[in-house]
Amino acid sequence: MAVVGVAGAVWPLIDQMNPDASVLALASIEFDLSAIEEGQSVTIKWRGLPVFVRHRTSAEIEEAKAVPLNDLKDPETDEQRTKPGHEQWLIMIANCTHLGCVPVGEAGDFDGWFCPCHGSHYDTAGRIRKGPAPKNLVLPAYEFISDTLVQIG
Amino acid sequence: MASHESTYTPGSAVEKWVDDRLPIIRWSKTHLMDYPTPKNLNYWWTFGAILALMLVVQIVTGIVLAMHYTPHVSMAFDSVEHIRRDVNGGRIIQAVHAVGASMFFAAVYIHIFRGLYFGSYKAPREILWILGVLIFVLMMATAFMGYVLPWGQMSFWAATVITNIFAAIPIVGDPVLQLLRGGFAVDNATLNRFFSLHYLLPFVIAAVVVLHIWALHVPGNSNPVGVEVKSSRDTVPFHPYYTMKDLFAVIVFFIPFAWFVFYAPDILGHPDNYIMANSQVTPTHIVPEWYFLPFYAILRAIDFNIFFIDSKLGGVIFFAGSILILFFLPWLDTSKVRSGNFRPMFRPFYWLFVVNFVLLAYLGAAPAEGIYVLLAKIATAYYFLYFLVILPLLGRLETPKPLPTSISESVLSKPHVGGAAPVAAE
Repeated sequence: MAVVGVAGAVWPLIDQMNPDASVLALASIEFDLSAIEEGQSVTIKWRGLPVFVRHRTSAEIEEAKAVPLNDLKDPETDEQRTKPGHEQWLIMIANCTHLGCVPVGEAGDFDGWFCPCHGSHYDTAGRIRKGPAPKNLVLPAYEFISDTLVQIG
Repeated sequence: MASHESTYTPGSAVEKWVDDRLPIIRWSKTHLMDYPTPKNLNYWWTFGAILALMLVVQIVTGIVLAMHYTPHVSMAFDSVEHIRRDVNGGRIIQAVHAVGASMFFAAVYIHIFRGLYFGSYKAPREILWILGVLIFVLMMATAFMGYVLPWGQMSFWAATVITNIFAAIPIVGDPVLQLLRGGFAVDNATLNRFFSLHYLLPFVIAAVVVLHIWALHVPGNSNPVGVEVKSSRDTVPFHPYYTMKDLFAVIVFFIPFAWFVFYAPDILGHPDNYIMANSQVTPTHIVPEWYFLPFYAILRAIDFNIFFIDSKLGGVIFFAGSILILFFLPWLDTSKVRSGNFRPMFRPFYWLFVVNFVLLAYLGAAPAEGIYVLLAKIATAYYFLYFLVILPLLGRLETPKPLPTSISESVLSKPHVGGAAPVAAE
């Protein structure tokens, strides 16, 4: 009983550190893609995190599709990285899955992203290819509301 | 000290009255003045006093800085500049605090490496050593959170990278990460709690320092020959002999400290930290403060999966392990001989370890590419081999040189070279 009582008293003191209501309220945004030309990327802010929105060129899509899954540390096909019918759009949280730096675009050994902090290389589908990062760049939950409007979160 | 009787006699009726109620003067005389100290301590032993003083310097300057600092994402950066430009004497006070962190770490590394060479961690001083490692860990946490407070680019990305280490914990990683940050990314909530904890931890350190000194005063100091004190002929009272020696060392130590503060207050920092934090752009080359570089090199040396452990978790395990392994050192080193001076096989491995540690620091600052990646792996391997293989084996394989029978004998048998104090090891 004493343990339960102490735990009940301590928990609010720990829970106060969790994301508060004002942070959670910003959990969903809409973004208009129409201004982004092919080969361009923008970084937008979602839940305080940077998010890459990249309009991929067809060469980049071909390059990503040609990679055999055996070569991948975190195997995912290009189709799993995009939405059907919108495969030119790559939308990913822009924090390296190693320790959270923002990778540099159109860089690295695989023409995708390169994280300067600890040397992780990502390919044109944002998949980890080399370096200490364990996972592919994380995809946020998002949906296409129309061809040019996307809702993230 | 265990067999040491108090020699205090109250000099007045008031002192007698106090002594009967709270014998604090008696306690101080026993522990701060009469405390019997081996008479052969060299200057490597002065860093304990230097460190105690550095803690005081950091707390005093820190309290003053907190009177002018604003822990808010939109104002923190400007408030630090305000301290440096507008507050009376703020330029110097802020520099003392910032440079002081570096000097604190310089002193603690010398203190630790002295302990490693002279076997200061061996029985009966294991708890003394463990408390020391605990202080080191608390210092790192404090310094890291302090570095975040100016809210420059390096502050922000240091906070992002270091909190992300906790995300490597299987299953609970992400909830723990959000708990630590108070959000999905490092933001105002993070800055606020870091300020709170940065103010708290130095006082926790001070408390552990008290325990550290308590644990020191039970067996008494170790010494360069590593032979225990046998009689009062082996010791001198702490005051005036070591108070004066420590004071002299402090003055010498303060010369480079003052040089940095007055002439190059930013030279140990990084220019990117004079750009305000921006969560959308990472500086192209982020490096931690110099005193974290060896451990940072170990963290990123693991860029490959180890069985089911992915590279990120692997790096974190090695990073944490490189510090936690120090807690077990008293039991990893199997040699009965304390001082490296009497261990011919230990010495080259020890100095290679020192060089290797400096190399790790260099690699931590180098970009993560090419030959640096390979070298970091080799240096990381040696760091762990030293503790896990070399030290356990050496105790069995090595024939130590004959030990002097007492501290007095070792001092008297030295050829007289003019100076009264015995020279440093090596």
